[in-house]
Amino acid sequence: MSHPTSAAAEPVSFYQLEEHAHPEGHSTMLGFWIYLMSDCLIFSILFACYAVLGGSYAAGPAPKDLFDLPLVALNTAMLLFSSITYGFAVLQMQQGRVRGTQLWLAVTALFGAAFLGIELYEFHHLIEIGATPQRSAFLSSFFTLVGTHGLHVTFGIVWLVTLMVQLGRHGLIAANRRRVMCLSMFWHFLDVIWIGVFTIVYLLGVLR
Amino acid sequence: MTPDPHGEQAAGGHAEIEMPHASMRDYAIGFLLSAVLTAIPFWLVMTRPLEAGATAAIIMVFAVAQIIVHMVYFLHMTPKAEGGWSLTSLVFTIIILAIALAGSLWVMHHLNTNMMPMPHDMSQLP
Amino acid sequence: MTPSSPPATDPIFGRLSLDAIPLHEPILIFTFLGVAVGGLVLLGLITRYRLWGYLWTEWFTTVDHKRIGIMYMILGLIMFLRGFADAVMMRLQQAMAFGGSEGYLPAHHYDQIFTAHGVIMIFFVAMPFITGLMNYIVPLQIGARDVSFPFLNNFSFWMTTAGAVLCMVSLFIGEFAQTGWLAYPPLSGLAYSPNVGVDYYIWSLQIAGVGTTLSGINLIVTILKLRAPGMRMMKMPIFTWTSLCTNILIVATFPVLTATLALLSLDRYVGTNFFTNDFGGSPMMYVNLIWIWGHPEVYILILPLFGVYSEVTATFSGKKLFGYTSMVYATVCITILSYLVWLHHFFTMGSGASVNSFFGITTMVISIPTGAKLFNWLFTMYRGRIRFELPMMWTVAFMLTFVIGGMTGVLLAVPPADFVLHNSLFLIAHFHNVIIGGVVFGVFAAINYWWPKALGFKLDVFWGKVSFWCWVVGFWVAFMPLYILGLMGVTRRMRVFDDPSLQIWFVVAGVGAALIAMGIVAMLIQFGVSIWRRHDLRDESGDPWDGRTLEWATSSPPPDYNFAFTPLIHDLDAWHDMKRRGHQRPVAGFRAIHMPGNTGAGIILAAISLVMGFALVWHIWWLAGLSFAGLIGGAITHSFNYKRDFDIPAATVAEVEEARTRQLAAAGA
Repeated sequence: MSHPTSAAAEPVSFYQLEEHAHPEGHSTMLGFWIYLMSDCLIFSILFACYAVLGGSYAAGPAPKDLFDLPLVALNTAMLLFSSITYGFAVLQMQQGRVRGTQLWLAVTALFGAAFLGIELYEFHHLIEIGATPQRSAFLSSFFTLVGTHGLHVTFGIVWLVTLMVQLGRHGLIAANRRRVMCLSMFWHFLDVIWIGVFTIVYLLGVLR
Repeated sequence: MTPDPHGEQAAGGHAEIEMPHASMRDYAIGFLLSAVLTAIPFWLVMTRPLEAGATAAIIMVFAVAQIIVHMVYFLHMTPKAEGGWSLTSLVFTIIILAIALAGSLWVMHHLNTNMMPMPHDMSQLP
Repeated sequence: MTPSSPPATDPIFGRLSLDAIPLHEPILIFTFLGVAVGGLVLLGLITRYRLWGYLWTEWFTTVDHKRIGIMYMILGLIMFLRGFADAVMMRLQQAMAFGGSEGYLPAHHYDQIFTAHGVIMIFFVAMPFITGLMNYIVPLQIGARDVSFPFLNNFSFWMTTAGAVLCMVSLFIGEFAQTGWLAYPPLSGLAYSPNVGVDYYIWSLQIAGVGTTLSGINLIVTILKLRAPGMRMMKMPIFTWTSLCTNILIVATFPVLTATLALLSLDRYVGTNFFTNDFGGSPMMYVNLIWIWGHPEVYILILPLFGVYSEVTATFSGKKLFGYTSMVYATVCITILSYLVWLHHFFTMGSGASVNSFFGITTMVISIPTGAKLFNWLFTMYRGRIRFELPMMWTVAFMLTFVIGGMTGVLLAVPPADFVLHNSLFLIAHFHNVIIGGVVFGVFAAINYWWPKALGFKLDVFWGKVSFWCWVVGFWVAFMPLYILGLMGVTRRMRVFDDPSLQIWFVVAGVGAALIAMGIVAMLIQFGVSIWRRHDLRDESGDPWDGRTLEWATSSPPPDYNFAFTPLIHDLDAWHDMKRRGHQRPVAGFRAIHMPGNTGAGIILAAISLVMGFALVWHIWWLAGLSFAGLIGGAITHSFNYKRDFDIPAATVAEVEEARTRQLAAAGA
């Protein structure tokens, strides 16, 4: 396929004598995105399990008996708000405002914590009425899928706090800006997963 | 990931780090769209103006639409981002995801049909 | 050995007690004594010669892709010896256990051995070997100075090692799984495997899996982002192409393994019902999921070696690779198709005719691109001036062996035939035929090919040939009897046999294993002799085979920074092109080179992971919690380190390059 350059007519240069070093961290965003893709496939397996096993109630409770849609709607709203507030943090960062970025990151973390609180309340309630992860394959896959998402949100919050401290220490240096953008991807990615969760687990579950 | 004989830029020589540029307008549009795309499915399921099958189909469509909205307005996904590799890897992931999901459902459905010729309720017994 | 009911859990030691040490198994005790004495001698020697500081600063904490690559190869080699010892023990047992004899291995031990053999050979031999090769070669082939994320590379290596160590610990503390290498439930569930064996299995694979996934991401980004100017995708060396596809497969399948094993551990630790027989769980769902990972995994193993064979064939035929474009497309096709064939591992599950025919056909389809590759290699050799050096010998042996393995694979792809041959020794013979004939021969070809690049001297040819012939003949003698036995209906993983007429075949297979053992010994001697005679075997040119790709453009071994000036690429075989058009190596105008700095964070985090894995295996909850907190804390602490790079001053670069100029002049004179 390669077409050999016609003889050695014009002198060819084989070395880049003027070095253009790759700027530090120029691959980080792509690498992090590919990591998210691999994470997405973990979720795909959990979704597959829920899809296959979600109807195996083992004579136990079914989604209709368990899910409280207004609560799920509230929870979804929390996550959606946290998305837009993270967006505000990115906008502040683009304008070079450290305090503003930190502030909006904090607001995002609060919404994330509210989301987690509501989810934990739901789990607690379910376990209290006997709908434990051990009760049926449906409940095993429900708790695992939703719980794994919750675990990701937890790590997201830990990262948010870490990043706020790092912004406080070093300001909006290139490394920190990159981190803000990576966490932004992570956070919005969790939103995307949640769209799948509330549609397939909760809404379709209640319809089933 | 298909080999692309012409499209991609030769590696190296990136002057500075590519970072998606976000704007207030993007976030606002994204937020409004996703609020609407979330509210309607919840409303459909909570009040049931339609029959179950149609509702299920509609909320699946809305979910896909909302995922696209998030990808475009929040994740700033464009065909050009990172020389196209972000989108390529996303498409590849979606293919694998679809294969794993649809394949598992298909395989396990046939298994259950062939190997458990019992009334459906039997599988619900403890 | 351990009682069948799970031991009580102690708040401090969990399930761990003195009973966990297999004092009543003489084989294990002697192995332990051997390992302990050998280990003490090694540690003593390192201390005696004050090598700890050197090892720590130059190797353990290094972020240099070349050194990490070499460490992967050493890890693979060590684990290979363990995995092969398991194989020999199985061969011996099966050759003995006839006519009422129970052989010499109790069932509990034998079952652990066949499980450990599979797990180790795939995860801790083949994976480190291919990761090591890709790590070493890919950045050199694309004209880069290191991988995209050098720290992550170090961390990945140590996580893989931590997984391997946890797996080895099970030999002396407790037990390993007795479930076969994929640990199918319900056998691997709590009800039938109440002890620590399966937990060792789960956590060693999970820890190693983190390393594998991260190194996959790292190499993908490296290939996509760090290619030298001018190297468009269709000008990448073929090994880099196959590495790219392999790493895509790694990143897109290892998460499936991680998730599946996580669900199995939830079943075991929390009591959920994913894969149990009760409460709606489905064991076959596990089989389905694990093979969604498992089938792409076999292509993860073979694709990089297809790249190696391509490089070797082109180099030693003195021609450019025949049909480069078709080779690339074949590789990409295999990458996608490998996701569409997983059910052929369990045709007998009972999904019915429609499902089985779909997967039977896709399996036959995937053999087409593989066959196309074979023709590419043959046509590359056609009318070439072939030099039968060791790498080329391994490549020819691969072509002959792999074709047979591939054809028996297509036989197994026919569902009705598979119903007869499923889980028989025919299957065992088939996959050893492709894995030994494809992966192992390929690794040996690669070691013989790139050893001079990595260490600066060639490998001894005589002992290499001894090893080659022992291996190739040994392979055929060891595995052809298994095809015959499989056709006679003998199933895998049997410990004793009733039918005395089968014994002769197992004895023959045992002789084959002995030949392979001689091949391994000869290879170790080859390494030893070559190191001893390194001054005679020295490669001054940096290009001992008249190579075609960029890794041969630097010295052997390459300097820390690989290339003083980034090469500009004009042709597919970049180095061949440079030689042909009389390039001039720049000898002045050197600049400072920006390089990543070493860090101990990787080995420390991996060590904490190892402790956490051990604690989880033994239900030592406080230690598991503590090490988990340590892991998170350590990662956060590491993220506060912003100064991770340094500059190699221009003067140092000039000095190194000056020495290289003198070396080249002396070699040329």
